[in-house]
Amino acid sequence: MKAGVVVGGLRSALNAVVSNRKSRVGLAVILAYVALAILAPFISPYSPYETDINSILQPPSPQHLFGTDDAGRDLFTENMYAISTSLIVGLFATLVTILVGTVVGLVSGYYSGVVDEVLMRVTDFLLIVPPVMLMIVVGSLLGSSLLNIILVIGLLNWSPIARVIRSMVLTVKEWPFVEASRSMGAGDRLIMFKHIFPIVAPVVFANSMLSVANAIFSHAALVFLGVGNINDISWGTILHFAYTSGSFTAGYWWYFTPPGLMLLGLVLGFMLLGVGLEEVYNPKLRSSISV
Amino acid sequence: MPYRSFILRKFFTLVLTLFIITLVNFVLFRLLPGDPIMLLFRDPRLTPEQIDYLYHKFGLDKPLWEQFFIYLWNLLRGEWGISFAYKKPIMEILIPRITNSLILVIPATVLSILLGVVTGVVAAWKRGGLTDALVSFVSLGLYSLPTFWLGGIFIFLSINYWRLPVGGMLNYGVDHSNPLAYLGDLFTHITLPLATLTLVSYGSFTLTVRGALLDVLSEDYIRTAVAKGLSSWRVLSRHALPNAMLPTVSLTAVSLGTAVTGSVLTETVFNWPGVGRLIFDAISNRDYPLLQAGFLVITISVLLANFLADIVYGLLDPRVKYR
Repeated sequence: MKAGVVVGGLRSALNAVVSNRKSRVGLAVILAYVALAILAPFISPYSPYETDINSILQPPSPQHLFGTDDAGRDLFTENMYAISTSLIVGLFATLVTILVGTVVGLVSGYYSGVVDEVLMRVTDFLLIVPPVMLMIVVGSLLGSSLLNIILVIGLLNWSPIARVIRSMVLTVKEWPFVEASRSMGAGDRLIMFKHIFPIVAPVVFANSMLSVANAIFSHAALVFLGVGNINDISWGTILHFAYTSGSFTAGYWWYFTPPGLMLLGLVLGFMLLGVGLEEVYNPKLRSSISV
Repeated sequence: MPYRSFILRKFFTLVLTLFIITLVNFVLFRLLPGDPIMLLFRDPRLTPEQIDYLYHKFGLDKPLWEQFFIYLWNLLRGEWGISFAYKKPIMEILIPRITNSLILVIPATVLSILLGVVTGVVAAWKRGGLTDALVSFVSLGLYSLPTFWLGGIFIFLSINYWRLPVGGMLNYGVDHSNPLAYLGDLFTHITLPLATLTLVSYGSFTLTVRGALLDVLSEDYIRTAVAKGLSSWRVLSRHALPNAMLPTVSLTAVSLGTAVTGSVLTETVFNWPGVGRLIFDAISNRDYPLLQAGFLVITISVLLANFLADIVYGLLDPRVKYR
């Protein structure tokens, strides 16, 4: 029964993704990255930490496809291993974001009054205070482990999702079937999670893809600024060292070009997937409507 | 007087949010690992007596709530503490930095909003067509573009081809007594950071305007306007745009936070002597009071910009203005 629900949910999500061109392209891009991330240890001949001071800042060659950095690390290897860091950060931070955002949105929309008022003030606060600024402060104070950065990003990004869900719940909770369920003795928690959540779930799904894009971007920006662990292999780290070693001014293009492009591609993939899904679930955004 | 009460309510929210953000700022920096006196003096030779004396002198032996109100009072008086790295009052460092940031951020924001409105409207109006697809794709691409990377690419291109200055705000050791020469120097220095910041914010503004307008265009009254034979231009200018203004203004206010992040990254890459670059340096130096102050300044300016957007919103929304 439970498994059936999950499979059904996955199938309808997949149908939604495939039905829109933007989300199709987005999914294809993401799958390509996932494949590269899995293949990384097999296609890269070096270790991402392996330094070779006899071949620093080498331009691309058959031995080093993307060249080497200022410590003689193989940049192809580094860029390939960086994919999984970004994916891990994006997915886990978004998991936190969805959890908090959904619960806050459901609770705040379902119970009006003081609870709603307090939760919405907190949401507005997080919506208005620039999240990356808060992440910089919290991140540099908490210390820089990957887990901390994931938590910081996840816990500071949930306000848009909470807002969207709350506004949907406000409508859905007035629908007759909710009334019927309540009159049959269903409790608040049952109504929220069994009846209302499945209806708002598609919107949560669309928003969570945008949130993954956001998390990957925020992580790269934080690491670039020096908040976060610069020993984790990531595009933000490569760009941080490319910047601090002056490779932009010195013209070592192979050092800074691939990480930026790869970051752009992955973020764009999740953006396309999210925007496409929004179009599927919100017909008003569909570009095919004619007046 | 509904407009006045609307503004008063927004003002109350502003003050409350400011209070909370100072409280958060205060609490966050109390959670710091390490001892503030040791962080400030960075001298292992201090005797326990000297440390006790300094604790007392800085009021660190007082209860936390009292420290918070002293902190609040000091913020209001402009006493923002002493920088660990520069050993100077923070206000002295901060004021010129704020001006420099505004010189960069205000033109970039205005430019990207103007450009965003134009292309957003065009894309929404031609929705489904090639123009729309192109605009949407380019905006999504710009929105996903890592700011610091775009800046770096500009630096690389400029050193090799464009010959524009890639760092700082003015040339050092040059006589700036002639105002025209001064402006010219500023102009060549601001070109690349301005282009970077405008491009990355432009994408999100375009998408915002396009989305708001698409929402309006699917309403029944637009169908009616088209059905009664109005020209496209008239439908757009009299029926669609005025109604798309409201969501655009409120969404623009929300995306200001993103624009601020962009400015921190842009200033860092181009070594622009603003608050953003100051924050980057404060992170590298573990200069917590300066980081705290930079965070506060940026947050306050975003809050004020949002308040400004609320005022505009109230003026535009007839439901607020004429009730």
